[in-house]
Amino acid sequence: MCLGIPGQITEIDGAEATAEFWDVEKTVRIDIVDEDVEVGDYILNHAGFAIRKIPDEEVEETIEIYESFLEGDEDEALEEIGGEPDEQLGIGGD
Amino acid sequence: MAVESGEPDLQFRDPEKAEQLTDRLEALMDDIGERVTIMHVCGSHEQAIAKYGLRSLLPDGLTIRMGPGCPVCVTDMPEVDEAVALAEEGKIVATYGDMLRVPGTEKSLDDAKADGADVRVVYSASEAAEIAEEEDEEVVFFATGFETTAAPTAAVLTAAPPENFSILSAHKYVPPAMEVVAELPDTDVDGFLAAGHAATITGYGLFEEFVEDYEVPTVVGGFEPIDILFGLAKLLEFIRDDEPGLANAYQRCVSEEGNVPAKETMWDVFETTTGEWRGIAQIPEANLVLREEYSQYDARGRFDIDVDTTSSNPLTEECLCGEIMAGKADPDDCALFGEECTPQDPVGACMVSSEGPCKIWLEYGGQPDI
Amino acid sequence: MSDEQEVITEAHGAGSGQMRELIEELAVSRFESDDAETDVPLAALDDGSVHRLANGGGSVVVTTDSHVVTPLFFRGGDIGRLAVAGTVNDLAMMGATEPTALTCSLIVESGTPVDTVERVMESMRETSEEAGAPITTGDTKVMGSGEIDTLAINTTGVGIVQQGGHVPDAGLSPGDKLIVTGTVGDHGISLLSEREGFDFEGDLQSDVAPVNDLVAAAMDAGKITAMKDPTRGGLATSLNEMASKGGVGLEIDERSIPVSGAVASAGEVLGIEPLNVANEGKVVLGVASEDADAVLEAIRNHPQGADAAIVGEAVDDHVGRVILDTGFGNRYLTEPEGEQLPRIC
Repeated sequence: MCLGIPGQITEIDGAEATAEFWDVEKTVRIDIVDEDVEVGDYILNHAGFAIRKIPDEEVEETIEIYESFLEGDEDEALEEIGGEPDEQLGIGGD
Repeated sequence: MAVESGEPDLQFRDPEKAEQLTDRLEALMDDIGERVTIMHVCGSHEQAIAKYGLRSLLPDGLTIRMGPGCPVCVTDMPEVDEAVALAEEGKIVATYGDMLRVPGTEKSLDDAKADGADVRVVYSASEAAEIAEEEDEEVVFFATGFETTAAPTAAVLTAAPPENFSILSAHKYVPPAMEVVAELPDTDVDGFLAAGHAATITGYGLFEEFVEDYEVPTVVGGFEPIDILFGLAKLLEFIRDDEPGLANAYQRCVSEEGNVPAKETMWDVFETTTGEWRGIAQIPEANLVLREEYSQYDARGRFDIDVDTTSSNPLTEECLCGEIMAGKADPDDCALFGEECTPQDPVGACMVSSEGPCKIWLEYGGQPDI
Repeated sequence: MSDEQEVITEAHGAGSGQMRELIEELAVSRFESDDAETDVPLAALDDGSVHRLANGGGSVVVTTDSHVVTPLFFRGGDIGRLAVAGTVNDLAMMGATEPTALTCSLIVESGTPVDTVERVMESMRETSEEAGAPITTGDTKVMGSGEIDTLAINTTGVGIVQQGGHVPDAGLSPGDKLIVTGTVGDHGISLLSEREGFDFEGDLQSDVAPVNDLVAAAMDAGKITAMKDPTRGGLATSLNEMASKGGVGLEIDERSIPVSGAVASAGEVLGIEPLNVANEGKVVLGVASEDADAVLEAIRNHPQGADAAIVGEAVDDHVGRVILDTGFGNRYLTEPEGEQLPRIC
């Protein structure tokens, strides 16, 4: 479920902020976002609420992980995303 | 589409990477050497898979099934009947666009609106509260969806909404439903692609126990084509290695613990109870109802909702929604599909929502071999 | 849902299959004629009908359209501009790019400010001048308060084409290229976000405009085999109609379909496909393959056609269907059913 869209905060007014979704702007609530957000931060908007501050480096990192995966370095990619192939039950964290 | 300006997050829509990932899927399926069925538990996954035509890329033998991941689809008929009854009694009923055409026993909210009731489409829970500020009448927000919308509903209630505002909660909580589906005797699922946005709230750590208990590989996946294909590749690796692992393939939005403030707000306001998921089953602790402290905002307590559930549409007996959402049937296995049941006149809720498997199959042509 | 008497619902008015069925049942079956002088009859369900005049004096094209819209004045236009452009465009879609005359029939709710009607009339005047389409006759009715929502406008248009020179919906042959004259989804996405109060800020506005001059430029540049304006139901509906009426399949490259950044973004946020919503100033044309580049160039040189693109071609299999190459894989592009609503779950 859930149509989540990344946007960038351009203005903050208390529990409300304006976020830019590429070429349109819309008001979003920021009272349940996971971390404090500032102008310039990226957030994941769902139904008018920011539900996640997307760390700047994560987008690039995700791409790098996908690429290392595609270059055949599966273990590295797996480790990055929390799965650990050597353990019986591969559950990891960051 | 040739977008004239603006830069949507195109890195995750790169067809070249998709092709490389498809090659990986092929190779993994060769290694596995038998049919594999993956279930996703998220309508937006289905929507993206269909919209981008990803099924036509998948290797032979790899089947993607849709689980109970459409909150609109699993909203039970009596819940819709309650919303219709409130609208017909003269309350302003605000809800998400997806809910408008969901059939109740006799009417949908759209039907009630056509008959003169004041039913409004909102994009967010806070817009519903804003309507209450502007109007003197009672405004009831028909609150549907999983964790991703339950937390926003909770945030609106904790922010002291107007007195004429209340909610009719049909919110549902995903994790118990995955357990029920995993336990269904006819469900043959080799791996779960878990819903990335619900996990944004709950965190992927929540699935640890699920994976341990059911020994089914589970990967939390995002919604761009590359995210989905990557998630599938991860699942195939787990399956190839015969390893019931858990991985987070949507790291930019999902952390292990999830969105703590949102979870806290949600659990401050809601508690779980056992309830019916339309077409699937009674699911223990998977419906969200308001806690005592918030009972003044509970439309069920505030109004005497007169719902008669004795009559039902005979067509619903033939509807396969339940089997489809449990991964046991495809939409075109249903005799009503596209005939008696269409998006304009849906019999089952799977035909209503953009996330509904039947509507998606109809809209995007199912799994055409083209 | 029940055994009650069948009634007209909003769904019947939302374009696509349900409306066509209703029209076939209620109108086509009754008004059918086999007049030899009629080249495009009602049964073709085209944008207008085409009738041969005596002595080879060309053919007359007739079209009519009733207009209602909420709100009456919206970003990029208003009901008056819509009423003139809509009918001018329907004539142009048949190949009649120089309208002879338009009618204006107005139905107004009692209590509507004169000023509102005046603004609408002024907009109609401006648009009719822009299109070179004189309004020459009309009618006015006033209805009681609550009997109609503010005002509705019917416009009928008449134009002339050379005999056999009209362009039907059904004219596609395998090999023909499909051209879209500009960004799609502008009117529908803009109106929806404005009407439902989704508070978008950005460059979202209706594209409502007469396109007869643009179409004339295209027709001068090469052989146009089929033409539609993708209004209700959007590009998806028009392409499906052209495929099924023409007895061809269509292969469309999704990435070549022009969409403005603002429409794409708002569409993503609302969960609505720009291909499924109305345009009021765009055309989709089928063009003989050898003329495609010349026609595209002529369209791009027109002020309204800078974003035009070749988006696909007609093929001899998948008859009646539209195959969309998404860049990842193929899927069918089907007609949307009913009014598009924002989704969030």
